[in-house]
Amino acid sequence: MKTIKFLSLSLIATALLASCSSDDNSGSGPVNEEEVITTVTAVLTGGGRTITLTSRDLDGAEGPQAPVITVSGNFAPSTIYTGSLDLLNEAASPSESITEEILEEGDDHQFFFNVSNALGNFAYATPNDENGRPIGLNFTFTTGANAGTGNLTITLRHEPNKAGTNVSNGDITNAGGETDIEVSFPIVIAVE
Amino acid sequence: MRYILLFAFLFIGNQSLVYSQNKLSGKITNEKNQPLAGSHIHVSNFFANADEAGNYAINGIPKARLQVFVEYLGYKTLDTILDFQGNMILNISLKPEISQLSEVVLKETYAKEKAQEIKTSTIEKYSSESLGDALKEISGVSSLKTGSTIVKPVINGLHSSRVLIINNNVRLEDQQWGTEHAPNMDVNTAGKISVIKGAQGLQYGGDAIGGIVIIDPPHIPVKDTLFGKTILNGQSNGRGGSLTSSLFKGYKSGWNWNLQGTFKYLGDFEAPDYVLSNTGNRERNFSGSLGYKEDNQGFSFFYSYFNAEIGILRASHISSTSDLIRAINSGEPQYIAAFSHDINAPKQELQHHLGKVNYYKLFSNDRKLSLQYSFQMNNRLEFDLRRGDDRDKPSLDLDLKTHTFNADFEGNYSEKMKYKVGISGGFQNNFADTDNTNVRALIPNYDKSDAGIYAIANYAFNEKLTLETGFRYDFSHIDAKKYYLKTRWTERGYDDEFSHFITKDEGQQWYTNPVFSYHNFSGSAGTKYEINGNLNWLSNIGVASRNPNPAELFSDGLHHSTGQIELGDLRLKREVALKVSTALNYTNEKFALEINPYANFINDFKVLIPTTILLSNRGPFPVWEYRQVDARLLGVDLTADYDFAKNLNWHSTAAYVYADDLTNDTALIDMPPLNFNNTVSFKKANWNNLVLSLKNETVLTQKRYPDNDFYVDVPSSGEPVSTLVEISRPPKGYSLLHFNSEMSFNVFYNSKMTIGFNIQNIMNTNYRDYLNKTRFYADDLGRNFRVQLKLNY
Repeated sequence: MKTIKFLSLSLIATALLASCSSDDNSGSGPVNEEEVITTVTAVLTGGGRTITLTSRDLDGAEGPQAPVITVSGNFAPSTIYTGSLDLLNEAASPSESITEEILEEGDDHQFFFNVSNALGNFAYATPNDENGRPIGLNFTFTTGANAGTGNLTITLRHEPNKAGTNVSNGDITNAGGETDIEVSFPIVIAVE
Repeated sequence: MRYILLFAFLFIGNQSLVYSQNKLSGKITNEKNQPLAGSHIHVSNFFANADEAGNYAINGIPKARLQVFVEYLGYKTLDTILDFQGNMILNISLKPEISQLSEVVLKETYAKEKAQEIKTSTIEKYSSESLGDALKEISGVSSLKTGSTIVKPVINGLHSSRVLIINNNVRLEDQQWGTEHAPNMDVNTAGKISVIKGAQGLQYGGDAIGGIVIIDPPHIPVKDTLFGKTILNGQSNGRGGSLTSSLFKGYKSGWNWNLQGTFKYLGDFEAPDYVLSNTGNRERNFSGSLGYKEDNQGFSFFYSYFNAEIGILRASHISSTSDLIRAINSGEPQYIAAFSHDINAPKQELQHHLGKVNYYKLFSNDRKLSLQYSFQMNNRLEFDLRRGDDRDKPSLDLDLKTHTFNADFEGNYSEKMKYKVGISGGFQNNFADTDNTNVRALIPNYDKSDAGIYAIANYAFNEKLTLETGFRYDFSHIDAKKYYLKTRWTERGYDDEFSHFITKDEGQQWYTNPVFSYHNFSGSAGTKYEINGNLNWLSNIGVASRNPNPAELFSDGLHHSTGQIELGDLRLKREVALKVSTALNYTNEKFALEINPYANFINDFKVLIPTTILLSNRGPFPVWEYRQVDARLLGVDLTADYDFAKNLNWHSTAAYVYADDLTNDTALIDMPPLNFNNTVSFKKANWNNLVLSLKNETVLTQKRYPDNDFYVDVPSSGEPVSTLVEISRPPKGYSLLHFNSEMSFNVFYNSKMTIGFNIQNIMNTNYRDYLNKTRFYADDLGRNFRVQLKLNY
């Protein structure tokens, strides 16, 4: 009997000791969140021309302003464009590049490209992540033979299932993960 | 090993081991001959608790003159000496402690099993769960969940800031505004839990729009005694369990102390078809008290510490509307991994310290003065899935410190009239540690001061009719410091109205200093009428006023479990509820019934309403804003209990609430649907207190809900396509079966061991609950086997 009471007491004492921890406070100023992606820029070069797609949302995803989307020019048909992406946090001063961070954590990120009305095809270019799977910061876009208009959607998934069926071919269907970027650009394919 | 052999022996049922000589049995009642279930009787080292009918029995008392104590909270302890020379029957009638103000609140019922109260033996069944789970025993109380471990009580359809939780006479301040913030307390510290479904408990506060949950610690008698208990739980679902232990020591000199501790360790829970990844939890809790009681004064110190780490279903963490649509359409979690005990982000880490000291003094004519000071420190860390340097940082880090002082005085004005008056003062500081989070603070730093005064009078017209009325005034002042995005400040329309709050220009943000003061009045009046010995009738009318909470005033950001942007509003005013309720109780030897209809009319009820769609680089987001509407909640709670045959009992609870937003002429969101619980139990005391019970829990489909579905442009094959996001329709109703069994054994000459075995969700039914925030992402829990060992000593 005495033993049980003693054991019970020791158990309680252990709980007490195990529970001790500290937390200290210090002052705080305004926060410029490092993870905010205000600006998505895709630069596509091909056929002697450079086309820049930009989505800029200076007050971030939680601010009330809608992103400003610009497309610098039209694409030409049957042309191979070499593309690269750059992500910025322009709310910080000086502005920070998020691109490098994504490259470093390549195995946790993947971009997906989708274009409507069969205006063209995408392919991933290197660098790949440490497992040899695509990241998508660099890509090629091959436009179709026909002129037309449509949308080009760029999606960035955080912690996707990069081993999912067809995910490494750029098919978003089985990618899962969380959406960090989802921007649609209106594009035109036209003969000059 | 010796013990194990002894247990094994007892399992075979060899009762001859108990060297019994004399038996003491009888019935413990109050002056009105109503049974005092759970009252405690001690003879030397032997003890027992009275059952539902007030009956008790103690075996094995040696032939001797021995002291007998009989105790029940709120009643005078009986202390006598009996000469045991054979089996004896002792029927005891306890007298109430006169200094207790008899409250005419709806919790005071005379139903066979007090309908609005949960006693220790029931609380112990929930030892490895939470306060919110235990409270579901009471009809009209449901739970708002996030997964299966974050459980908030919902009283008559209302929760969070509308439900006060009074833990050991201290109002729990633990960021209770959040729907994903469960009460930061260990259910194992409770000796008794009661619920007031309205504003009647004016001594605790005037803002109980929904109601009050009161948690009382176990009672330690003034005498030389040492008792305690240890409960060990193991369960299959979650592959873990809990261990809790407590020890109570009383001295005849008036001193007493108690120590209690709990460990909990659980891994991922499982739905019938898959693992609910990252839903494990841990708890390490401790509490202790030291007290002293004299004839006319006493004091006590109390300290408790709560520490929990709670995993949030990984699949419920989303970042865009596309993610939400994928989750809803797929019908199963977007992330399923193999079972693990690990907890990763998203998760919560919580710590709550509560310390208090109180003193009371009794004066002539049963007058009593009580003074109490309490301090609470709450730290809440929430971790999201993050990137880069911030990967391991919490996204939310709030420190909330609360000091409260109370002085209460009660007494008798005349034979028939009693009164209670009191004042309270409080100071609260909230600190959002943005250096640690690197995320803009959703809930800003603030200082809050409160002061309150109340008076309650109780008048007994005659033996049968009692009237109670009370009044309370509260002053509250909040001084906050918050950074606003300039674009948000302008969008909210604050430029004209609140420009005087701006103290500094910080580039893209304004640094502001919002200051508000509130004066609130609340009151209640109630009657209790005993129609006859079996039937009584209570009615109450109460007014409660609640100030906007920090989330309602200041929110401005993305909620990761719902994928919605939530916006507070500095213009929000108090909400005022008028609740009318009545309860009819019928009790006889075998049957008890309580019917409790009510109507709650709430002016300026604060509710989140979807207003617009916001575009961003992450795609479109629905924006929900706190608005004020007039609300009406009509409902009824039922409890019935019937001993329909020898050893067989049927217990039933049911609750329904019909709630409307009168301003927008629609149903109110998140209201519990019609639900029934029916339990059939077989109890046989002389088979080692065998209890076998089968419970059916049925929740019907909620058909009344506001249509908040919305269309957004979501890319499909590159093209933005207008897509309907169906977030409104509640999941289908469900019906579950649970089994519970227990037996108890005398393992030492004055210790008792109870072995419990239960199965939750016997049929392994797939279901989702409307009031579970993770219902979009995954099914609720599958079958669970649980074994409980309880040792009372």
